[in-house]
Amino acid sequence: MAVTENSQKQETYYESIINQGYSRRDFMKFATFMAAYMGLETSSIAQVVKAMESTPRIPVIWEHFQECTCCSESFIRSDHPIVADVILDRVSLDYTLTLMAASGHQAEAAKHATMEKYKGEYILCVEGSIPMAEEGYCCIAGRSSLDILKEAAAGAKAIIAWGSCASNGCVQAAAPNPTKATPIHKIIKDKPIIRVPGCPPIGEVMAGVIMHVVAFGRLPELDRLGRPKAFYGKRVHDSCYRRPYYDAGLFAESFDDANAKEGYCLYKVGCRGPMTYNSCGSMRWNNGVSFPIQSGHGCIGCSEEEFWDNGPFYERLPNMTGFGIESTADQVGKVAAGVVGAGLVIHAIGANVMKRKELRDRINKGIKTEEQIQA
Amino acid sequence: MADSNDNWYPRNFKRAYVWELPVRVFHWVNFLCIIVLSATGFLISDPPAILSNEDATSQYWFGIIRFTHFAAAYLFTAAIVMRLYWFFVGNQFARWSAYWPWTKEAIKNAKHVVWVDVMLLSKKEHRLEDLSIGHNSVAAFAYLMFFVLFFVMILTGFGLYAPTSEWWLPNMFAWVPSLLGGDFNTRIIHHGAMWLILIISIIHIYLVFYHEWLEGRGEVSSMFSGYKFIRAERMANTYRSPVKQESTKEVEQPAEFDPNDPC
Ligand code: SF4
Ligand code: SF4
Repeated sequence: MAVTENSQKQETYYESIINQGYSRRDFMKFATFMAAYMGLETSSIAQVVKAMESTPRIPVIWEHFQECTCCSESFIRSDHPIVADVILDRVSLDYTLTLMAASGHQAEAAKHATMEKYKGEYILCVEGSIPMAEEGYCCIAGRSSLDILKEAAAGAKAIIAWGSCASNGCVQAAAPNPTKATPIHKIIKDKPIIRVPGCPPIGEVMAGVIMHVVAFGRLPELDRLGRPKAFYGKRVHDSCYRRPYYDAGLFAESFDDANAKEGYCLYKVGCRGPMTYNSCGSMRWNNGVSFPIQSGHGCIGCSEEEFWDNGPFYERLPNMTGFGIESTADQVGKVAAGVVGAGLVIHAIGANVMKRKELRDRINKGIKTEEQIQA
Repeated sequence: MADSNDNWYPRNFKRAYVWELPVRVFHWVNFLCIIVLSATGFLISDPPAILSNEDATSQYWFGIIRFTHFAAAYLFTAAIVMRLYWFFVGNQFARWSAYWPWTKEAIKNAKHVVWVDVMLLSKKEHRLEDLSIGHNSVAAFAYLMFFVLFFVMILTGFGLYAPTSEWWLPNMFAWVPSLLGGDFNTRIIHHGAMWLILIISIIHIYLVFYHEWLEGRGEVSSMFSGYKFIRAERMANTYRSPVKQESTKEVEQPAEFDPNDPC
């Protein structure tokens, strides 16, 4: 048993795919597909093929903490069947408590075996945030999530933070954040972390990221926030098909007006495409069927930091905390300008009263001088 | 009236070149940019929805508004850079040291300004030096705050603009939104700082009129001509009034030189 498991671990991705009954042609199609999603040039397809033919499969441990599993859901629905088969297959994925066949002590034992055997080699995928207020808020098998994360991270080669929960905290971290939900990069400081935000991230994006890591054995190019540039380098707005309406200044004012029916830009009904970095406009969702804006709803900025607190979703400006429930920066600004204006009027009246002696004096001096002017 | 008549004597003012040309150019470019940037900024943040039966292909008004905003932003930044240079080569009223608020003299002057011009109270003793020639130190501090806000605008503005540009200049600021937690926060800061600039501008304009109205030393016109009128007694050599000799009419002269009124 131990021997067969060992030999299975040494399998390359190619072998694993062929063993599952796919043809070489399927494999080539898959490699092309992945290369395209990873944002590689066509000349790099051969590299992807070579990497998958020669590299032994890297073990993946997938942990779930405070989350809703929408990332896993999105992932198993990604476009190409091989993704789910190869990566999420029982054989490939060493530990994921929602999908693995083993359970209970068996599952934990399998995880520990992988962690020990592949120390420093395995990839740790994390879905969900860590409650820092009280460790007991999220426990698995009697252990706190912080404890589990630290243990799993210690031997990991790299960490992939799936979704907004693991990358930014998402809804659990929304004010007042009772559990002090904390994203992974604020806890683990000594490992390379790829942040793949989104609620959930697009399945193909997830596949592209993980394929990049396992096939090339290194991280994709990341931006300043640790997001893969290939998928988070552009704003939704920059690839939105409604962009011509934006530039033409044609906007829907409400979801049921004639402009909305025309398919005009959703900027005025709160679309956050201009502030959101994601691939929705180009990759779309559910096998490229559509994406929120195409379905007539503005982007809610799900891949951006604190997107739950930047509400309301249907207004251009967020409400300001500390200024009442419904006040935006503009309302605060108008009131402040009004108060300042009123203050200045009072000051002007006060100046003419308080300084009346000086004023009268100076006017008289001026008149005197004027009288002295030689005609 | 008798009282003021008794104290009357012709003041002798000197015309001093306080605001050099680059300072005035900066002021008016800045004035123009703030108006254009705020107007287009408000439109960008909340555009009117125009119902039109024309195709999007034949319209580009929102694009033009945004282009104007970006073009004005470049002009604004260039003016700031020029003014920064002038902080080091300009005259004593334009130099950086005129804006440094933590000297003994500056704090003393600030106390005077708060007492006399903010709280509108009177002082028993008048000192000519209390009346500032360039900026008084409260105003200087306000302009320092203006500059802080200008930098906030440049940082956040170019930060937001960077992803749409290939040029290195805006891309120098690409780190800003990631530092502030995303484009969303950056945009709110950009918007809020605009409001602060507008509010401080209103106060600035009011105070210019206030000083002109009260002191009549050419406060308003100085930003066009560069000149302000300074009492001759403040010159290195003290001049006595020549009016006495030149005047052909009988002039009622005060018994003694009256230093009480600085204007
Ligand atoms: S719908 Fe949203 S993303 Fe699309 S152009 Fe309008 S503002 Fe941009
Ligand atoms: S359109 Fe915006 S809110 Fe919707 S999935 Fe994409 S990034 Fe998230």
